[in-house]
Amino acid sequence: MNIDSLVLLAIALPLMGAAFNGLVGLFAPGYRSNKTLIGTLGTLCVAIPFAIGVLLFIQFDHDAHITRAFTWMSAGDFTADFGYRVDQLSLLMMLIVTGVGALIHIYSIGYMRDDPGFWKFFAYLNLFIFAMLNLVLGDNLLVLFLGWEGVGLCSYLLIGFWFTDLKNSEAANKAFIVNRIGDFAFLLAMFILFKDLGSLDFDVILAGGASLAPATINWVVFLLFIGATGKSAQIPLFVWLPDAMAGPTPVSALIHAATMVTSGLYLLARMSSLVLLAPGVMTFIAIIGALTAIMAATIAITQNDIKRVLAYSTVSQLGFMFMAAGVGAFFVAIFHVMTHAFFKGCLFLGSGSVIHGMHEVEHQLEEEGHEVHLDPQDMRTMGGLRKYMPATSITYLISTLAIAGFPLMSGFFSKDEILFKAFEYGYSGNGYAWFVWVVGIITALLTAFYMMRSYVLTFRGKERWPNADRIHPHESPASMTGPLWALAVLAIVGGFLGLPGVIAHGDLNWIHHWLGAPYGGPVAEAVVAEHEASFIVVEWILLILGGVIALVGLGYAWRVYNRDGIEFDQKLAIDFRGLYTTWANKYYWDEGYDKAVVKPVLGLARRVMDPFDRYIVDGLVNGLGSMVRAFSSLFKYLQTGVVQNYAVAILFGVVLLLGLIIFG
Amino acid sequence: MDLSTAYDALGADLQATLSLWLIVLGGLIVIVWDAFRERDALIPVFAGLILVGAIVWDLFQLTAEPATAFYGLIRTGGFAAFVNLLLEVSALCTIVLSVPYLKRIGKDYAEVYGLVLFAVSGMMLLGAANNLVTIFVGLETMSICLYIMAGLVREDEGGIESALKYFLLGAFSTGFFLYGIALLFGSTGSMYLAEIGHAASTSTSAMYWSGVGLLLVGFLFKVSAVPFHMWTPDVYQGAPTTLTGFMSTASKAAAFASLILVLFYAVPYEKWTLAVAVIATITMVLGNLVALSQRNVKRMLAYSSIAHAGYVLVGIVAGSAEGYAGALYYLLVYTLMNIGAFGVLALMEWDNESGRTQSLDSLAGMGYTRPFIGVAMGVFMFSLSGFPPFGGFLGKYAVFAPAIKAGYTWLVVVGVIASMVSAYYYLRVLYVLWMKDSTDPAAMSNDKRVALTVPASSTAVIGFCAVLLLVFGVYPEFLQMAVDFFSPSAVSIAP
Repeated sequence: MNIDSLVLLAIALPLMGAAFNGLVGLFAPGYRSNKTLIGTLGTLCVAIPFAIGVLLFIQFDHDAHITRAFTWMSAGDFTADFGYRVDQLSLLMMLIVTGVGALIHIYSIGYMRDDPGFWKFFAYLNLFIFAMLNLVLGDNLLVLFLGWEGVGLCSYLLIGFWFTDLKNSEAANKAFIVNRIGDFAFLLAMFILFKDLGSLDFDVILAGGASLAPATINWVVFLLFIGATGKSAQIPLFVWLPDAMAGPTPVSALIHAATMVTSGLYLLARMSSLVLLAPGVMTFIAIIGALTAIMAATIAITQNDIKRVLAYSTVSQLGFMFMAAGVGAFFVAIFHVMTHAFFKGCLFLGSGSVIHGMHEVEHQLEEEGHEVHLDPQDMRTMGGLRKYMPATSITYLISTLAIAGFPLMSGFFSKDEILFKAFEYGYSGNGYAWFVWVVGIITALLTAFYMMRSYVLTFRGKERWPNADRIHPHESPASMTGPLWALAVLAIVGGFLGLPGVIAHGDLNWIHHWLGAPYGGPVAEAVVAEHEASFIVVEWILLILGGVIALVGLGYAWRVYNRDGIEFDQKLAIDFRGLYTTWANKYYWDEGYDKAVVKPVLGLARRVMDPFDRYIVDGLVNGLGSMVRAFSSLFKYLQTGVVQNYAVAILFGVVLLLGLIIFG
Repeated sequence: MDLSTAYDALGADLQATLSLWLIVLGGLIVIVWDAFRERDALIPVFAGLILVGAIVWDLFQLTAEPATAFYGLIRTGGFAAFVNLLLEVSALCTIVLSVPYLKRIGKDYAEVYGLVLFAVSGMMLLGAANNLVTIFVGLETMSICLYIMAGLVREDEGGIESALKYFLLGAFSTGFFLYGIALLFGSTGSMYLAEIGHAASTSTSAMYWSGVGLLLVGFLFKVSAVPFHMWTPDVYQGAPTTLTGFMSTASKAAAFASLILVLFYAVPYEKWTLAVAVIATITMVLGNLVALSQRNVKRMLAYSSIAHAGYVLVGIVAGSAEGYAGALYYLLVYTLMNIGAFGVLALMEWDNESGRTQSLDSLAGMGYTRPFIGVAMGVFMFSLSGFPPFGGFLGKYAVFAPAIKAGYTWLVVVGVIASMVSAYYYLRVLYVLWMKDSTDPAAMSNDKRVALTVPASSTAVIGFCAVLLLVFGVYPEFLQMAVDFFSPSAVSIAP
């Protein structure tokens, strides 16, 4: 098979899987109980694209390959093709999406087995993969936008998957509405680009970008970034992501950690040569990223819901990635996207495994007739799970070390590279990068702390659920622990794809050579000043500093939470007082939005727009309607039913016609 | 006329008009068959197969060069094939829908299928006529069959009354029509359309224009344009529902096709356009306005079909190739929408009342008990009111755009406003289907309800119409094809 048909097959398969499981499940309820078949089909429709991705990766010869499926629309001199682009960046993203996606599909077979909506879940997941592949493979902004909206839709459907609970529907609505704001900005950016360049193809945009007026470039990049803040949960549009944890846990792992939320980074990396032309906006991006990172990290310290800790951690890590983008190191952002997909995917799946186990405890308690309301996601009722769930515990610990930046784990390399790039950019005379660097260091420390806190509270210490002496959870089935191990291994070794500059002068930094524009890749990067030879000492110091910070954070949390357990939180609350309350209340973002936006809009709707619509618009329309109907009944009386009258009407018509023809 | 080569040309002529002869022959066989074996269940199957054969033949003729057969009496080629196909598809759908319907109302006479075939043959003659005599023969063959169909339910007073009215008024209008033919022959000395046009291009007289006017009266009566429309609501309401669908589509299509040929070949002036524009205006306005206040769905669709005749007239007023092509295309989608809508109505007479007396409330909540039919009805109603992406939208565009080009913007404005009004009564059908509860006491009493089965054949036809409407709504290939029928080369063809 040639590349074109391979690419189209990889994109079409998830769609076909979604259509098949969705339609057959919808119209043939008997099919819904074939869970093994549904799960296998769904997984294959992602695993085969992954295999295709690997094949394309092996065959890739350093030239972007463009596949044109068909012309989507054409109006005047505007045409948009369903074109797909296979290059270094999209291939890497495709491998992450389908690879992690396939693992999470396998995991879902076990995790969702008892859910009556099993078929629907797999249809949605496959649809998500289809949309995500459109997003990362699209050759123009329109196809990318189609995927962008598609993943948004799937995210909405999956957050509200258990829609009978109003809370979940509200979370889904929140995610969708907040994302609309970002999407609107994205659309505006596309309009501007189309107006000035006449095309939305990446080739045209990136080649013609330099010819645009500086103000235009600033606006485009700014609007694209606003679009990215929606999808990738940055200040000020991050508020939907923590609530999105209402969805099933595999969804949180796939969509809200590994893939969809990183699409904003993908967008910036794809547009990197354009972004680099707007240094002012880059400053903005870096600072927003830094503020988001530290804000989310502080909130994460105070959270007790295991998934919310991970959600804020995701927001924080996304902030790290935007820091990288803001200092012009887009390939590092993508590097972190990749390693983050591994360890955060593993962490979320691990939390799912824990929740699975705690559900079991809840059920057993219910069977014994206890009137307890056990929240299976609350870490305060966990503890000591290490004994009962060894595989989950070990993989969770590995990923915790990885995200904290424990030396030689994947997160160590990617995060250190971000911090180094920030330092280097500051060293080259961009003052704001210093600020970003300092914030990054503090955030890295906090990350190590709160992640180890979540590990210790969950897996170590004493069991804190009721009747813990008799009732205890069991390890999850192999279909769930298998993906955990796979991701854990990747979380360990994934970092070696981007070895830092101190080793062989960066020649072994594979990801830089693969993506970076200086080596013929599609991702541009900022120019930094040449370093003198002694700079390598600084690099070593920074590298060691990164490792030390991780160790300090990890070690401190390990010590205090093993010693004091959950009580240490109270101590923190007392020590930090007002600050801690602010963190625990998430900096009052939700309350602020409620006061500043939601309430005024609703008030306006109720007090002004509703009467206007009811009395003026409806009055006009209804008045017109009644007038027409009055005429109608008037004309009705012409139809007498008497045939002589009909003949007279014909005669009248003859006179009219002849008169008009002869004298007209 | 030199008849010495008549036998030599006969073979080729028969071949060019094969579908016509096939249908005539089929009709004759059906009548004889029925005489020997009354109500044989195979008769409708046979009639259907005849139509399928004719459809297949005409599909191949679509790309044929325009020509004439039988000494210029009838046209052959793309235009004729297009019109024939439209008529044959309409008849085929009608037969398939009629079999279960007529059986249920106890009127499953096999001669109905013979009548349908004869009517189609008359329409095909009319729609492809190149000579005033052919037009008249076709018109009358068609009309007589329709008179009988309209009165098929003999026990029903309303049905009989409307059939008699139809016959009386039909005869009345035929009188005008014949007078028009006589005047045209008198003023130009020919019965051939192109020769009439040729003669008229040098000089015209009041006699010529009177002839054109009276001829128009005959056509406008058949297409039920206001004020020649008075028979329409009564007849459509009284006739068996599936046959109403046939009458409202095929007979109009044939009459319009013939009108287009007459205007295109025999009237090389624009003097008639104002008159037709005025007729079109009052047709659209009155048809839509009166449809608003109808309680009976069939009567409502009757007024709607009057209004649609007005839209087609807008395309004709444009007087250009695009306008005529648009009118033809509109007839195509209109046929699909109306056959489908009447087919759905035929399935919904489930409160044991015939369509003549059934009110809109009888359909309450049907969308949920019969979702397929409900959705299909949705397609027909949206298409009739001209919503994209259905065929009705593209059809309206195809007739309105040429009219604007020809300078009749005011007419198009009236048309658009009128079709806006029409959305009210079309969407009301959907409102009743989907948003009213069938258990609503105001809607109907439960004891009258009978369980109706929906035959697979009817479902297939309704689905076919709905899908084609979607296809024609996004794929205007036929429209382009129709434009070519009126290319300059087509004009130059001698009689």
